[in-house]
Amino acid sequence: MAFSDWITDARNIVFLVIALTMVGGALVVVTTRNVVHSALTLVVVLGGSAALFLMLGAEFVAWAVILVYVGAVVVLFLFGIMITRAPIGRDSVRLDHERRWPPALIALSVFVVMAWSTTLAFGSEQISGGVIRTDAIGDLLFSRYVIPFEAVSFVLLAALIGGIVLARKDPDR
Amino acid sequence: MIVNQFLVLGALLFSIGVYGVLVRRNAVLVLLSIELMLAAVNINLVAFGAYVDDAVAAGQVFALFVITVAAAEVGIGLAIVVLIFRNRSSANVDELDLMKW
Repeated sequence: MAFSDWITDARNIVFLVIALTMVGGALVVVTTRNVVHSALTLVVVLGGSAALFLMLGAEFVAWAVILVYVGAVVVLFLFGIMITRAPIGRDSVRLDHERRWPPALIALSVFVVMAWSTTLAFGSEQISGGVIRTDAIGDLLFSRYVIPFEAVSFVLLAALIGGIVLARKDPDR
Repeated sequence: MIVNQFLVLGALLFSIGVYGVLVRRNAVLVLLSIELMLAAVNINLVAFGAYVDDAVAAGQVFALFVITVAAAEVGIGLAIVVLIFRNRSSANVDELDLMKW
């Protein structure tokens, strides 16, 4: 499929705008010198992924991303930044390692391999799926996927207990 | 919409996350880059779910599980980082050489 055919679809223009915003935000996340900016730009990237989920007809996943990531995870990151007194750009503590080209080379080769193989495998296959509504996801979660659902809730319980155990003060000292 | 556009975007976000994990010194920023990689994985899962279009919505359900595990991972990871900072007054990953032989 030629690019001129691809770009005439209005959904692809929306995709291109969202994708460029996400990639720019992701580059800011990994390059900025201000840690707080890094955490706040992650909101842009995750909001863009939620918009893509809406485009793909995944309503519940989109709102779960907004609630869990923007509502909880980024706030948790901001708390972590405040507690560990991470440098916020004005002082001279280095945030990056000195040599940047080996990680850049590794990341570039990872991207080339993955993008090349998916292009070879899927070429120009169209997405056909429609919207899967939240009530269908709920039915599936509590019927077909009920055992993985319980397992993942157990993981969350273990993380909760582990977080409390790790973060509280040692009573012996 | 073709499926490959979402896969290439996912690959791009994943490799940016790989770069961030390798280049950052601060442990909180390493965790942020891991979140980028998990977001790329979620995009791939939901795009494949819409492409396959099965009745059991496997892509979306797996993306939900990935979100849950990512939330648990961030909670535990940040607790460990706070604990390390409390003990060693530094959250830089290259200064943590306690287990280095």
